Amino acid sequence: MPVLPDRVIETDDAFRASRDSLLRQIAAHDEQLALVNQGGGAKYVARHRARGKMLVRERIEALLDPGAPFLELSPLAAYGSQFPVGAGAVAGIGVVEGVECMISGSDPTMRGGASNPYTLKKNLRVGEIIFENRLPAISLTESGGADLPTQSEIFVPGGRGFRDITNASAAGIPQISLVFGNSTAGGAYVPGMSDYVVMIKERSKVFLGGPPLVKMATGEDTDDESLGGAEMHARISGLADYFAIDEMDAIRLGRQIVKRLNHRRLGPPPRGAGLPPRYDAEQLLGIPSADPKVPFDPRDVIARIVDDSDFDEFKPLYGTSLVTGWAELHGYPIGILANHRGVLFSEESEKAAQFIQLANQIDTPLLFMQNTTGYMVGKEFEQRGIIKDGAKMINAVSNSRVPHLTINMAASYGAGNYGMCGRAYGPRFLFAWPNAKSAVMGPAQLAGVMSIVARQSAESMGKPFDEEADANLRRLVEEQIERESLAMFMSGKVYDDGIIDPRDTRTVLGMCLRVIHNQPIQGTRGYGVFRM
Amino acid sequence: MPDRTIHTLLIANRGEIARRIIRTCRAMAISPVVVFSDADADAPFVREADAGIRLVGNTASETYLRGDFVVQAALRLGADAVHPGYGFLSENAEFAQAVQDAGLVWVGPSPSAIAAMGSKIQAKQLARAHGVPVAPDNTVESLEEIGLPALVKASAGGGGRGMRIVRAAADLADAIASAQREAASAFGDGTVFVERYIEGARHVEVQVFADRHGHVVALGERDCTIQRRHQKVLEEAPSPAVGPALRQRMFAAAVAAATSVGYEGAGTVEFLLDRNGQFSFLEMNTRLQVEHPVTELVTGLDLVELQLRVAQGEPLPDRVLSGMATRGHAIEVRLCTEDPYREYLPSSGTFHAVEFPPIDGVRIDGAIESGTVVSVFYDSMVAKVIAHGATRAEAARRLHVALTRASLCGPTTNRALLLDLTARLTAIDDEVDTGWLDRQDLGAGPRPSAIDIAAAALAVVRDHTAGHRFPIAWRNNPSQLHAQAVGPYVVRYRFDRADLLDALDVDGEPIELDAFTRDQLDRVDARVIDDVVYVTGGLFALVVPPRFTPPDDAGRSGSTVAPMPGKVVRVLVAVGDSVVAGQALLTIEAMKMEHQVVSPTAGIVSEVFVTAGQQLDGGQPLVKVDPDA
Repeated sequence: MPVLPDRVIETDDAFRASRDSLLRQIAAHDEQLALVNQGGGAKYVARHRARGKMLVRERIEALLDPGAPFLELSPLAAYGSQFPVGAGAVAGIGVVEGVECMISGSDPTMRGGASNPYTLKKNLRVGEIIFENRLPAISLTESGGADLPTQSEIFVPGGRGFRDITNASAAGIPQISLVFGNSTAGGAYVPGMSDYVVMIKERSKVFLGGPPLVKMATGEDTDDESLGGAEMHARISGLADYFAIDEMDAIRLGRQIVKRLNHRRLGPPPRGAGLPPRYDAEQLLGIPSADPKVPFDPRDVIARIVDDSDFDEFKPLYGTSLVTGWAELHGYPIGILANHRGVLFSEESEKAAQFIQLANQIDTPLLFMQNTTGYMVGKEFEQRGIIKDGAKMINAVSNSRVPHLTINMAASYGAGNYGMCGRAYGPRFLFAWPNAKSAVMGPAQLAGVMSIVARQSAESMGKPFDEEADANLRRLVEEQIERESLAMFMSGKVYDDGIIDPRDTRTVLGMCLRVIHNQPIQGTRGYGVFRM
Repeated sequence: MPDRTIHTLLIANRGEIARRIIRTCRAMAISPVVVFSDADADAPFVREADAGIRLVGNTASETYLRGDFVVQAALRLGADAVHPGYGFLSENAEFAQAVQDAGLVWVGPSPSAIAAMGSKIQAKQLARAHGVPVAPDNTVESLEEIGLPALVKASAGGGGRGMRIVRAAADLADAIASAQREAASAFGDGTVFVERYIEGARHVEVQVFADRHGHVVALGERDCTIQRRHQKVLEEAPSPAVGPALRQRMFAAAVAAATSVGYEGAGTVEFLLDRNGQFSFLEMNTRLQVEHPVTELVTGLDLVELQLRVAQGEPLPDRVLSGMATRGHAIEVRLCTEDPYREYLPSSGTFHAVEFPPIDGVRIDGAIESGTVVSVFYDSMVAKVIAHGATRAEAARRLHVALTRASLCGPTTNRALLLDLTARLTAIDDEVDTGWLDRQDLGAGPRPSAIDIAAAALAVVRDHTAGHRFPIAWRNNPSQLHAQAVGPYVVRYRFDRADLLDALDVDGEPIELDAFTRDQLDRVDARVIDDVVYVTGGLFALVVPPRFTPPDDAGRSGSTVAPMPGKVVRVLVAVGDSVVAGQALLTIEAMKMEHQVVSPTAGIVSEVFVTAGQQLDGGQPLVKVDPDA
């Protein structure tokens, strides 16, 4: 059994420097999480509680099985935007009555739970995850509707959310709506499209138009309860399938519904015992180099996330800048592709393409562990066909049908991001470590390229080149690119499913593997034409 | 009766005493056989016996009190002798006669001796005639010659059942009626009498033994002063209140009482000893006593063996006849499935774990093992824990440690009270009399410590997550502590990604997680069985409340429910009655005791769900009281 060696020396200066640096980045991330968890702030939280209501995270906690895990997705959505970090909504995968479910809910303490463009992005991504992974969905509804100043960015694409619900339903994925408060106008279609609807006495309000609008439209004098109260919907309209007497009762009913879903996984059960790795996950903090230019050996990471640190390496002597091989994680077989020395050459590309085909042949999910600066450039490499070889890898990734999981361990630059299954290549889940960076190229390179182009342009036009202005511009560009390539920025744009503490990598991947096994694992038997 | 060697002994009893007798049978190469009820079919004593016959039914009157069945069973099982144990038919002269008439050896005194002593009324007359000091008054159903306080007593039986203290003349009729009912149910004989109640007395009894060869000896005294409602709780030998001179006088009186009826076998002469050292005859028990082990531990004798030898016609051995030297001090406590802090409410159910770690000088005579089900049909005593020591203090300490270290995960027991008594025993001598325990305000009983509570909750969490692949309650964005309720407490916790405890509080009081508290938490014996956590070896049983209560259940509050399985004796209210909080609504009988169910609130009775005579399940609704606004 090829158990990976323990090569970490905790007293090593580089290890310590890496650890210190990563801990600082984790702390910065934790600060943002703390902000998210405050919801709309003390005043709005107090007001919400004064109404006898539970916070959205308390509702989720009550819904989950005791002691069960909960993987929150995109908690930092909207970071770096004009909207509050978190985007006013919580979503994640948790276990209810032994079934992994997608649980999502708006945070009514944040601007009444109104949707902004980032909420929409987050919700659409949630819908995608539900659909791709056959996850029963529980929506904890209490929202004031769209954030009106940005309605133009929400209204048209937002319709997709309701379509997602019924598409998932049609695909045999149960959709449950627990209505904790207002769910009016467009929001009424969340319960409207759901398979199971629970409403709460004197709390749920579901109508297309409230009393003022009705008055304006038809002159009718009405009130909330008769227009859309839980009692009305349970007894008269039939929109409510279950009538709860309070929030905890609604949560009880939600759990009761899940218990009867007769949910079965269509994928195979775990194959192995899921033995823990032999080495301490704490040491993962010291492995990614503090200096992104210094590569690190991904085997040291693999040794701390896979079962029993047991890794069968494939083609270890060929294309050594990319590590490929087989392992089990929490008992599930996986194929791993992990960047070693950053750059992808022709050999690495071909190795990856072959390995991805092998995984498809044997229906085994793939894990991409990114730390790449991209495909090699230069005359020699272009002439040897780096584009063709990179294309083989991208072809293989794009047409692969086994589920992919991606972790950005440090860097994801250039077309390496594509070949290593970046967001656009549809991994089932993509998470980043707090130190991770993603961009078309490194900030210095990008600024340098811009400077060279500008110099050439000036020369060709015979203009004098302003060295001082160029230096200033380079600095500004470098700063901007650096900022925009950081993990929290990327996460804010919902380009990943969240930033995770490296020490949680195994747990996160384990949960993702359980979730993807809701679907059959079926590789493709055919590929696009490989350019040889 | 001719001398006969016993080969097969039918034990006409159950529980711990049946097992105790089986032990001696094994030592004497006698084959023990038993009868057993439906409820006892899986009991340890049945399994340990060589053979048995099941008597259909559960109640004592259907089974263990059916002398005719027992004799038939003895014959069918090929027994040549019958040992009655204590209780049930042990002091039933007709049964003793029937055993002898069937050609079997009766392990006990003659039917005539039993009959003479079985009527407490007659026994007192006999004792008085033989110069034994007797309580000053003795008459029936009249307070004229007795005065107050008076004691209503069943003429048959013992063990405190069918006994009532009367302090006001107006209460006499009720006390007599209630004692008669209880006596009739327990002993099949409702005869009661009334005597002067001696306040402030200790209960001291003398173990006597007599053989067929004219020997009658006193083996030692036992002090059984600590009682609850006339049932012994703690017994010890020798008595801390008896000096050598008094002991000699008591022994002489006991021998005289036994001699008066031509006694044979083991017997106990019970006395009340007042604070002036005056003692008076209470009654004579013509059988082995529950508390016989304390005498065994200080004398080194096996009293069951002596009983069997005497029954075989052998003379008492020389060392018994030549006057026993006692050694050290022995104390016994009776472990019962009852809650001293809730009016001794009996409980029943399965003992999931029963463990007594071996301790020097400690003996366990138990009816239960892990898995034993305690039914509602019989006495609530499930084990006797007995400790011997060189001194009284040492015996008490050993007993206390044995009770502390035991694991008893199952129905509520009186262990907490026994722990309290054994801890304080040597300090309470000056105040103790037979009514002492009943006068104590026991309060609500001990509460588990915060560490116990936390450990209980964590055990529940670990139980929920056993076999889970991921860290307990793992969150990538921990936003709050997780809550686990146990009993009335709420414990909040968080584990880190390595499943190490990261934060902990009990009802909002944080527990600092230093090395010491972590070790303490790890050491708490907390076992989750179904929806109960048994903490500190079962000393506390915390029910894990359901996380969610369906509204229908919540709507049922206002109903009183049966506190235990049992039978309705009387319904005291009718629909429309106005009741005050604490007013008795009905009486139920369970575990041979009568219990009153009281109204939780003042209000109007809106529904009565049960009728007199009805059998009840625990938790069954009884009476609904609509509270006054």
